[in-house]
Amino acid sequence: MTLVQTEAGPGGAPAPGGRPRESFSAWFQRNRRRNLTFGRISFFLVFLGLPLAIYVLLVLNPFVQAVQISLTDWGGFDNEFNYVGFANYAQIFSNEAFLTALRNNILLVVVLPIVTLVLSLALASIVTVGGASHGEVKGLRGSSFYRVISFFPYVVPAIVIGLIWGMVYNPRGGLVNGFLTAIGLDAFGSFPWLGHPRTAMGATIFVIVWSMVGFYMVLFIAAIRGVDPSIFEAARLDGAGRFRTAVTITIPLIRDNVQTAWIYLGILALDAFVYMRALNPQGGPDRATWVMSQELFDTAFVANKWGLASAMGVVLALVTLAFAALVFLINRLTGAEKEGGYQ
Amino acid sequence: MSTVQAARASTDPSTDPAPAATRTGSRLTGSDRVIAVVSHAVLIIWAVIIVVPLLWSLLSSFKTSTEIISGSPFALPESWQFENYVRAWNEAGIGRYFLNSVIVVGASLFLVMLLGAMCSYVLARYQFPGRRIIYYLMLAGLTFPVFLAIVPLFKILQSMDLLGTLPGLILTYVAFALPFTVFFLYAFFRTLPQEIAEAAAIDGCGDWRTFFSVMLPMARPGLASVAIFNFLGLWNQFLIPVAINTNQENWVLTQGMASYAGQIGYAIDFGGLFAAVIITIAPVLVVYIIFQRQLQGSVTSGALK
Repeated sequence: MTLVQTEAGPGGAPAPGGRPRESFSAWFQRNRRRNLTFGRISFFLVFLGLPLAIYVLLVLNPFVQAVQISLTDWGGFDNEFNYVGFANYAQIFSNEAFLTALRNNILLVVVLPIVTLVLSLALASIVTVGGASHGEVKGLRGSSFYRVISFFPYVVPAIVIGLIWGMVYNPRGGLVNGFLTAIGLDAFGSFPWLGHPRTAMGATIFVIVWSMVGFYMVLFIAAIRGVDPSIFEAARLDGAGRFRTAVTITIPLIRDNVQTAWIYLGILALDAFVYMRALNPQGGPDRATWVMSQELFDTAFVANKWGLASAMGVVLALVTLAFAALVFLINRLTGAEKEGGYQ
Repeated sequence: MSTVQAARASTDPSTDPAPAATRTGSRLTGSDRVIAVVSHAVLIIWAVIIVVPLLWSLLSSFKTSTEIISGSPFALPESWQFENYVRAWNEAGIGRYFLNSVIVVGASLFLVMLLGAMCSYVLARYQFPGRRIIYYLMLAGLTFPVFLAIVPLFKILQSMDLLGTLPGLILTYVAFALPFTVFFLYAFFRTLPQEIAEAAAIDGCGDWRTFFSVMLPMARPGLASVAIFNFLGLWNQFLIPVAINTNQENWVLTQGMASYAGQIGYAIDFGGLFAAVIITIAPVLVVYIIFQRQLQGSVTSGALK
């Protein structure tokens, strides 16, 4: 990847006497013996050793240990455990609650990224290239106002977003039913949006979309602004309408950004812990919004079955990696360029 | 067809060097007007959907619980209940959690920016064996879900006697924010000109001084962008504190707010809940509105890196 030193990397020193440029690595090699002083050793220890030590101890180490613990029957408090092979994994897949959670996560990972991407791409297109169909290609007037407002939810903690929407959906005194009653739909006077099995998941997805669209809209606006405007003008001169421009010009040009956003949204959908915890801590009616992360958390910190919880973590990680691989594959199959090109 | 031709005429720079922008206002076609109206309508509806729940929370934070539950959601408070804020701050402990959040996020932000800048500087600027491996290990930390790590993390902090303490939380925040920080700053340090570092070396600066008095000041724009995102990420962090910051004395804001969840629908202090919501979001929202221009710049540079 980018670590491979290229000629364009840290360039050579403009050596005195007009000698040809020399690569940094050669420069380093030449000076290595002289530079292995106390100063350099302490520099490497502190600059590289200290951050890496913290990272390895608290991030990599737990990841590796989780795989190991998932093969044991460890109960948490004492240090006694036996290796039980894949028994935890077998137990997970006969656990009705976990399977329900897995299904809910799959529903989330299919629906949530697509809805969020479509909405944020549409809003970003309106803001950047939605202006008049002649003259300079530009966005609507006053669009930065909408951009600033759309970003609001990103600066609000997700748990608080969940609390606000829990109250907005509240059958008693909530904003949604208040609005519906006000426009004459009295039947919704006390409809429990989060408490009804048919609406709980939809209402929850809406909250997550609400909290995420602004961020991706801003990201896509930046990406679209990075595209050479003459491309849009050429498309327009060839007679492409706004919708066609968006679908056949804009999206392919920023497809790497879309792919990254899709993966991040998928990871969020496979987690979703904080939103579920705020909106329906018990998983909602008939476990309609119960997700894997909640099952994992309860197994670990309520039931203290740490081996089982770690196995769930491994499954969650594998599903996440499979999802990311799938998005890469789709992007490649639909014609992305060979080089996966970030940086 | 005529629209396209009009567009051709007005955008063709070779025949018409006059600024096109001056004439767009007067020559809006009918379909343009329709689309402009629809576009504005879509944006306005979305803006309303964003703002109304927030404004409603602000309004409700001044109401009594009875008003919130039984009254019209659109009504103004009968009398403005500033006591809600006092109750949330003192009795519900939001004041204490707020302080804890400030301490934890402040300390971990400082540490992760310092350590992340140091680590990415070495990775970007020095040649040594194992560099590529370190880079990929960092990538792994960005890819795997935190949930996989949460059980062993609990155990590790417990064995270090750091479970439920602020230093333990700070250290964990630093560790989990490090990969993102290193990735972003790595790209940034690569773009800085090598000549200046070499000039500093020739002038007798050691590695340490070159970094702190030459490279770090030059990296300020990149540092600012990463710091903003790290701040938001850490301030909003939920899973890590809920799992490992078990001592209620040391709870951070998000944990304090979580204790309200699950009580909605029961007889709780709704006025206090909304006051706590406003206390949590108002400071960051106000800072965002003041600095939104810089923040948009950060997102832009992130998207284009």
